[in-house]
Amino acid sequence: MNRLQRLLNSSVGAKVMVATTGLLLFGFVIVHLLGNLQIYRGQEAMNSYAKMLHDLGPLLWLARLLLLAIFVVHLGLAIRLHRANRQARPEPYYVQHTAHREPFHQRRVKATRMMVITGVVILLFVLFHLMHFTFGWINPQAYGKHDEAGRHDVFGMVISGFQNPAITLTYVVAMLLLGWHLFHGAVSTLQSLGLTHPVWRPVVEKVLWALLIFVVVGNCFIPLSILLGLWPPGG
Amino acid sequence: MKLTLHIWRQPDRNSPGRLVTYQLDGVSPDMSFLEMLDLLNEQLASSGQDPVAFDHDCREGICGMCSLVINGVPHGPLQGTTTCQLHMRHFRDGDHIYIEPFRAKAFPVIKDLVVDRSAFDRIIEAGGYISTNVGSAPEANTIPVPKEEADTAFDAATCIGCGACVAACPNASAMLFVAAKVAHFAHLPHGQPERRRRVLRMVEEMDRQGFGNCSNYEECEAACPKEISVKFIAEMNREYLRALCSPAADQV
Ligand code: HEM
Ligand code: SF4
Ligand code: FES
Repeated sequence: MNRLQRLLNSSVGAKVMVATTGLLLFGFVIVHLLGNLQIYRGQEAMNSYAKMLHDLGPLLWLARLLLLAIFVVHLGLAIRLHRANRQARPEPYYVQHTAHREPFHQRRVKATRMMVITGVVILLFVLFHLMHFTFGWINPQAYGKHDEAGRHDVFGMVISGFQNPAITLTYVVAMLLLGWHLFHGAVSTLQSLGLTHPVWRPVVEKVLWALLIFVVVGNCFIPLSILLGLWPPGG
Repeated sequence: MKLTLHIWRQPDRNSPGRLVTYQLDGVSPDMSFLEMLDLLNEQLASSGQDPVAFDHDCREGICGMCSLVINGVPHGPLQGTTTCQLHMRHFRDGDHIYIEPFRAKAFPVIKDLVVDRSAFDRIIEAGGYISTNVGSAPEANTIPVPKEEADTAFDAATCIGCGACVAACPNASAMLFVAAKVAHFAHLPHGQPERRRRVLRMVEEMDRQGFGNCSNYEECEAACPKEISVKFIAEMNREYLRALCSPAADQV
């Protein structure tokens, strides 16, 4: 217990926890996208995938609780660190200037400054997303329908939702902001977790960049392809 | 060269400060930045005004005393140099130059551009040393140190404790400084006995001094006059986690 307290109270420990939970959230987003790509296999595949998840019952609830806990730790510690950081520089510089010379680094500095803002927008988006597909408040006329096999028609709900330009726009903007959050976050985790190996570090960095592009492009492509009538064919 | 200087003037720790503008003529491009300030101070003193207080000692880039944030960048625009080694040829005739003190809660201003950096001393006292009996010098090769380890330790050991990393960090974090000290000892045989205790003590003392936390902006590395790499911060994080899992965590 003493050690856990020390971990959470120290600067390094809190950073490590933000990085670990951030990485777990990133992992969840990837798996979530892989699941959602079932939509391109048609109504049958999508609805049976959704039913399979629902039939997990208590396991599904366990996963949801775990995810919530991870989210709360990430957010809570990130905000605590942010507060301490602001207190550590009570008087700002008159001239604000980055010491970095290369444009890539300057862009990363901007993304880092935006972490709390992009984070809070992601939180709001997650609530919106739950209201949309889990509670069915955003687009109620498409919610609670059933397909021919008597399963919840998730496919129809998603298609109907993203045919609405305002909803699609919300999703695309949120995903771009998630990409911005991870533009700093993905590589930052390696630093926080202490990966310095000269061979593995660059490899892992490249893998994370690829996953980041996959997440942003994939999550934007689904709503856009539906809005533009590219999917479902003839729909 | 003729310059317009905007310099932070603050009478003492508890009074508010402000930027004061001075015109300075007759600056030679061969002067160092501190010599330029000496010139200004001579003129201020001879006209009965209070000279600008600033820190300096060796004036050859090794002691870490000179500070100054020049146009928003600690130690000024030249990469890998201290303020004392920055020369006026890197500025142009007619330039406006803004000179501010290092700003951090843990580094309170004493007067004008001078800040109190003893928070660093307290971190060093917490663990930035090795405990050994120093007698006569031992035979040079009794403790072999692999070349790569020695090089890494030396890269970290070049830190002069100037505090520019804190000044540059948007969070006023001291992690580059502490990481350099932790890594310096962790890569040498002499640092091994106290390795775990050292990182726990130094990191936790750093936290108590009111520095911010690293967000990996990496501004410190860009501003550091000794170009200490942020890879040492990653290494310190790893060292801290290991120490927290070791028996040393019960002792300190
Ligand atoms: C799906 C949602 C999210 C994912 C995938 C995610 C991922 C990440 C990752 C990977 C990091 C890097 C950790 C590090 O710096 O080592 C990070 C940092 C951060 N996250 Fe998130 N995050 C999410 C949601 C949020 C939310 C809702 C907030 C709310 C405030 C937030 C605030 C932050 C902040 C402030 C940091 C920077 C901490 C620091 O470096 O000092 N994140 N996030
Ligand atoms: S790490 Fe660099 S900037 Fe920080 S105190 Fe050491 S020499 Fe100065
Ligand atoms: S005065 Fe010693 S390093 Fe600048």
